[in-house]
Amino acid sequence: MKEELSVVGKGIPRVDGVLKATGKAVYGADFSLPGMLYGKILRSTVPHAKILNIDTSKALKLPGVRAIITGRDFPWGLKYGFTAFTRDQTPLAQDKVRYIGDEVAAVAAISEDIAEEALDLIKVEYEELPAVFDPFEAMKEGAPQLHDHVKNNISASHHSVIGDMEQGFRESDHVREDEFTTQAIKHGFLEPHACVGLWDQSGKATLWANKQSPYIVNRKLAMALGLPPSKVRVIQTYVGAGFGSARSDPFALDFCALMLSKKTGKPVKFVYTMEDVLVMGEMRHPFYLRTKTGMTKDGYLKAIQVYAVADGGAYSTIGPVSIALPGVSIDTPYRVPNIKYDGYRVFTNKGFCGSLRGHCVAQLRWALGQQLDMMCNDLGLDFAEVSIKNAVQPGDETPSGRKITSCAFTECIEKAVEVSGWKEKKGKLPPFRGIGMGTSAMITGARLSGHNSASCVVMMVEDGTASVLTGATDVGQGSSTIISQIVAEVLGLRIEDITINPGVDTECTPVDPGTYGSRVSFYSGNAAKIAAEDAKRQLAEVAAKLTGVSPEEIVFKDRMVFPRNSKEKGWKIDALIRHAQHRMGKESKSIIGRGSYDSGIDLLDLKTGKGNISATYTFITDVAEVEVDPETGKIRTLNAVSAHDVGKTLNPVLCAGQLYGGWLQAEGQLLFEHLIRDEKDGHVQNPSFMDYKMPTSMDIPLRSEHILVESIDPEGPFGAKEVAEGASLATFPAFGNAVFDAIGVRITDLPITPEKVLKAIKRKKEESSKT
Amino acid sequence: MKQLMRFDINGMIYEEEIDHRRTLLEVLRENFGLLGTHKGCDEGQCGACTVLVEGKAVNSCLVLAASVQGKKITTIEGLAEGEKLHPIQEAFVETGAIQCGFCTPGMIMVTKAFLDRNPDPTEEEAKRAISGNLCRCTGYYQIIEAVMKAAEKMRKEA
Repeated sequence: MKEELSVVGKGIPRVDGVLKATGKAVYGADFSLPGMLYGKILRSTVPHAKILNIDTSKALKLPGVRAIITGRDFPWGLKYGFTAFTRDQTPLAQDKVRYIGDEVAAVAAISEDIAEEALDLIKVEYEELPAVFDPFEAMKEGAPQLHDHVKNNISASHHSVIGDMEQGFRESDHVREDEFTTQAIKHGFLEPHACVGLWDQSGKATLWANKQSPYIVNRKLAMALGLPPSKVRVIQTYVGAGFGSARSDPFALDFCALMLSKKTGKPVKFVYTMEDVLVMGEMRHPFYLRTKTGMTKDGYLKAIQVYAVADGGAYSTIGPVSIALPGVSIDTPYRVPNIKYDGYRVFTNKGFCGSLRGHCVAQLRWALGQQLDMMCNDLGLDFAEVSIKNAVQPGDETPSGRKITSCAFTECIEKAVEVSGWKEKKGKLPPFRGIGMGTSAMITGARLSGHNSASCVVMMVEDGTASVLTGATDVGQGSSTIISQIVAEVLGLRIEDITINPGVDTECTPVDPGTYGSRVSFYSGNAAKIAAEDAKRQLAEVAAKLTGVSPEEIVFKDRMVFPRNSKEKGWKIDALIRHAQHRMGKESKSIIGRGSYDSGIDLLDLKTGKGNISATYTFITDVAEVEVDPETGKIRTLNAVSAHDVGKTLNPVLCAGQLYGGWLQAEGQLLFEHLIRDEKDGHVQNPSFMDYKMPTSMDIPLRSEHILVESIDPEGPFGAKEVAEGASLATFPAFGNAVFDAIGVRITDLPITPEKVLKAIKRKKEESSKT
Repeated sequence: MKQLMRFDINGMIYEEEIDHRRTLLEVLRENFGLLGTHKGCDEGQCGACTVLVEGKAVNSCLVLAASVQGKKITTIEGLAEGEKLHPIQEAFVETGAIQCGFCTPGMIMVTKAFLDRNPDPTEEEAKRAISGNLCRCTGYYQIIEAVMKAAEKMRKEA
């Protein structure tokens, strides 16, 4: 008999909501220690140069300055990075600077003002080197080289051919090749980076910081400080949003807070300004994509070939993954028998790029989803029908080895068609109104190299509650709430009976890979479920002894534990916990459940692109309806429809928040967000929210409809898969296709600014008057 | 140059020697430990630092502390009565209007100023009211829903 769920699946308010609504959640800049000093960072003013000398003598004489450090104060030559091949970052520049904003020195003083003043007194002598800002220029022979060990500035590349491209295109009735580009955007979190570092006399380096993946920080700090990870402790504060690796990695402030603390014997606090955040890495990779799609005349995809060049900026970060991800995302969500991918991530003298919601897949969808629409238009086919024809299905193994288990993609398309009024509107809207569809698949946790498992501890407390220790970090997406719901459900408790650690402390929470690849609900949710079940099993054994039935017969419900067929023999759970803990003689014990989960899938072969990168996949279909003002070129979204196969809705309110938020974040990039660079020296020209514009409430679609489709994943906790990152992916092609439908011109380079729209309308008018 | 300043914040009197160049945001956070008011962009663009001065929502990062001495200042810490949340806070918690929560105090304060003036708003008015406050997480729908729900709660209480 299927048990009714009482906590999972409900729109329970987030567990940290009251704390956040009352201003009591402690974020990065809110954390302080007695006697602490304040740090500031000096950034490079030139894009590419050797550092000849740094003179700190004058700055050191400024009253109130306590210490100044440069690259020389860190273990020389010790670099950190994602893999052994990509370790190219140092806490502060050692030999060279590689972009305007690269960190050169750091000051600790008794106040922020004095630290700031000291920066002006530091003299850096540079020997300027030729610099390069365009990835195509950077790839040429003889271009300025950013890193000595890397030829032609190819930071990472990924190549794969699966199937027979010639045959695929031969079998196609229609083949198109088109170009698309995307721009650099920032994660746009509102809380700047902040930390407090304390290197104490015992040799332990402790960092309090607003980090999304504290264990990544722990490992990289250890790597560059030359310490074993156990000597570095990272304690996570509340985090003012994440969206990617800009929150997962340590940056200069984190290393410097610790090193300045070591030098001064005092805790040191750094709070970056928003200008710091906008100038420095990380950000979304700008892409150039040349895509070629072949299709039969009745709409079956036969081959897709993608050539991609990503502007990586000055350092590698997770570059090998970044450039592989588009390649491994081509044969979902559609069945494509033949695929070829050549991707290059290239170093340039600009701030470095990393992951951002839908890491390098959003860019691919922008291209492929629009090209599919072009093909459909060329052949007179309907996008929705073609999508259904080609949709991957449960049980599919794609040519590159993705194993599709739960999959409600077709249902997503059908629901989006129905709710958006697609059939009534497509091709029938008045001039300057348009409707477009976009689709995507999304991994549920990328299986990268190294650590992948998640763990959890559930301790039963004598008042009948459960205390949960998870390695997962809640950066706003709601994992603390989801995990609490899962534990409450398993143990027959209510949400208010669950206490969960508000953040990760790498010294006492279970080790966790981090919050990336939309993995947390799936991996940490599963670990929490297993831990809760372990605690439940232990309690059931105690209850079985007391009631004389087998443990399998014991039911946990409404804070009671009882034999299935005789509720009257039951125990209140608090009494049972106390009994187990206090009154079982030599067998007395605290009930502590442990759970670890790994999907067990193989590592993706980065050389061939073959393998199953994720334990399961989600599927998304978006429909955008837009209106274009032909006088101003301004675009307004009339309706936003998102259908997302989430596996199982663990919390509908939180899921809806992801879909709404994901759409608008995408719309920001689609319409106006753009980190603008100077062509001559690559510096960021709009390092302020005055000029780097993000969507406000006035930019939201007039209507928005989210559809949560359930496919009950066999492996996910209660059947759940990801929702957060996938939420923004299908918006890219949907929106581009809607704009085309409205104005009859294809915009292929992001963002779709009013200027571009006006120009396109003008060009269209001129063309039609000629004919 | 420091001078003795006196403030009326959340009905309490705060007095301290403060540099005359300090903003209200800096003074709230650094002198008085009222950390619920958040520093985001520090230039009046994000609204995370919104507080009320004489009932009007202001970006506290753009206000010189010295200029609001003697005026009635309300911060997020002044809304709840003991453990009883203000209806706006309740509504934000209930509707999913909070994700990372960094914008939340500012959003709640701007909502307070708005609903005190306009207790029975349309959704369009609510949308406009929060348009000076950025939120990167929610896409705003659930915040607008919270504003409407808060209005209803406040009308019932009144």
